[in-house]
Amino acid sequence: MDAEMLHKEEVVLRGVAAAPGIAIGKAYLYDKQTPKVVERHLSPAEVDSEIERLKHALQRSTKELEKILSFAEQKIGDRKAKIFEAQIMILHDELLFREIERRIRDEAKSADFIVSDEIGKYQRLMLSAEDEYMRERAFEVEDVKNRIIRNIHQDRLFSKLEGASVIVSETLTAADTVLFSRNEVLGYATDFGGVTSHAAILSRSLRIPAVVGLHKASKMVSSGDLVIIDGFRGLLIVHPSQERLQEYEEKLTQYRRFEVELERLHDLPAETLDHHRVRMLANLEFADEVNSAKQQGAEGIGLFRTESLLINRDDFPSEDEQALIYDSVAAKAFPDIVVIRTFDIGGDKVMLDSAAPESNPFLGWRGIRIGLDRTELLLTQLRAILRASGRKNVAIMLPMVATLKEVRRVKRFLEQAKEELRSASIPFDDAIPLGVMIEVPSAAVMAEQIAKEVDFLSIGTNDLIQYTLAVDRGNDNVAKLYSEFDPSILWTLKHIIDSAHRAGRKVSICGEMAGNPVATILLLGFGLDEFSMVPSLIPGVKKVIRSVTLKEAQRIAKAALEFTTVEEVEEFLREGVKTYVSPLLLLDREE
Amino acid sequence: MIEREVTIKNRAGLHTRPAATLVKLAAKYKSDFFIYKDGVEINGKSIIGVMTLAAEQGSKMLLRFEGEDEEEAAAAIVALFEEGFGEPI
Repeated sequence: MDAEMLHKEEVVLRGVAAAPGIAIGKAYLYDKQTPKVVERHLSPAEVDSEIERLKHALQRSTKELEKILSFAEQKIGDRKAKIFEAQIMILHDELLFREIERRIRDEAKSADFIVSDEIGKYQRLMLSAEDEYMRERAFEVEDVKNRIIRNIHQDRLFSKLEGASVIVSETLTAADTVLFSRNEVLGYATDFGGVTSHAAILSRSLRIPAVVGLHKASKMVSSGDLVIIDGFRGLLIVHPSQERLQEYEEKLTQYRRFEVELERLHDLPAETLDHHRVRMLANLEFADEVNSAKQQGAEGIGLFRTESLLINRDDFPSEDEQALIYDSVAAKAFPDIVVIRTFDIGGDKVMLDSAAPESNPFLGWRGIRIGLDRTELLLTQLRAILRASGRKNVAIMLPMVATLKEVRRVKRFLEQAKEELRSASIPFDDAIPLGVMIEVPSAAVMAEQIAKEVDFLSIGTNDLIQYTLAVDRGNDNVAKLYSEFDPSILWTLKHIIDSAHRAGRKVSICGEMAGNPVATILLLGFGLDEFSMVPSLIPGVKKVIRSVTLKEAQRIAKAALEFTTVEEVEEFLREGVKTYVSPLLLLDREE
Repeated sequence: MIEREVTIKNRAGLHTRPAATLVKLAAKYKSDFFIYKDGVEINGKSIIGVMTLAAEQGSKMLLRFEGEDEEEAAAAIVALFEEGFGEPI
């Protein structure tokens, strides 16, 4: 370590853990500030070469964006890649650039200045609309503008990235993340962004540790600073002390060894020591994540969220568009199953443009309620899912079901959708399984009756816990009351699992609880059949399952039900599962 | 010169994809093509220009065509507006 680093104070910044893992390395501060534009006058002799510079800059910008576009199509799917397509079209806007050229000649001013000034006019028009959508458009245009100017300045944006680095930035756009991922990046740390930001989703699928929401990381870090990213606990440590560095180097070695160990589990079944077999499934957002889910040992897709189809567009995708995506997921997953959940919009998720703001969106118009009011949307989606079911590996799952009546209504629509396909002679799986997410307490209470009318249940623990405990996790004042280990939740889960089994149905959990190793043994003991989670968590949970007997799990689950407060349950589980759960899996659970 | 008033029919309004479709169609004709909305004149052959129009469903705008093939251009472009750019109406 450099002598210079030794006397710098260690700073620990807290953010949100966005992708697990540990990174230790030199920071590369990715400064997204607008390239400096100076109004420079040209001599008549300079004008022609200035216009040449502009043309080269446009060519290079087009090439860059085309690369990003094709990379983005592979990595994040066609839908999201559309952002870059519009940017490329702007680079080919003949009228715009004819005017810019004319001004460079007539005003004899530098190309960067004229580009900035001319495109700025359009941005001001967009911003004056006082509309969120138009503001986003203005940012898109800002991105293109800066790209052209940078290329006029001939700065090679990414060439400064030397060797393996930790990228620290105010924000990362999809384009940044995609480009950086082609270099040797150890980890990402950003001031803004949430767990669901493009950068976060991408770093998880690229298995690069990331921490977001650090507020002032980019102000505190300079390029070349030694930093540590703790992607489990959401920490960025700048100028780590000698002790801290040693601690994390050990953790990193342990983690790497542990990862190798987990990789060996890949082909082994999720089976207890006494041969009780459960299934490990993956929760996915994009079709192209299927392969990486399989690599982690997923035996199917327990939850395919369809909301990603609605991102970056302001209408609903057509039946054909949807069918294409569902079919590609089904094809990639085949012969494994894919459970496709119908649009779960409303609440804190994607809103319909036409929906009036609600004072209580979590108790409002969301999930299947929207589908049953906008029946054409539901029918379109059901037909699209059916069309992807020809391989007989597709199931349908309904979100936010509160009553049996809703299930019955959807079943009638499903019959109608089938009938429509039949009369159009389009093949589909007539026996397509239909399942219900149990995430509303009323549905939990009625789980047995619901289970009898469908093929399977899947517990959405995140919402179920929020509704049962009346706690909004996003509200700092009450978030601490949210716990998957509250006795009321344990009893609710037991009731749902027992109910499903009495009805002869399988039951899974597709909420975050399924991926929490502390909960694994408890859920196993309750008799859960399937665990569906973010793919990267599968190996860890599988390891826990393979280290315990069903009998022991049942004993622990039974004992856990004896407690009356969440603190008692948590303490009991922590102690009880110590023998089975590696402390490394618990890294992210530390206070 | 031909002028035509049109209404945005599709549910999502004149967002990025319809804007691109419109500009691509306009490029096929030699005639100049301008859009007037809220006192602003936009060249309909420029994607960045069309992108500045905040035009939601139901909003009206005036189209102006001028050139040798203005008849054909007007017919084709008005039809595109009429069918809501091929998007859900």
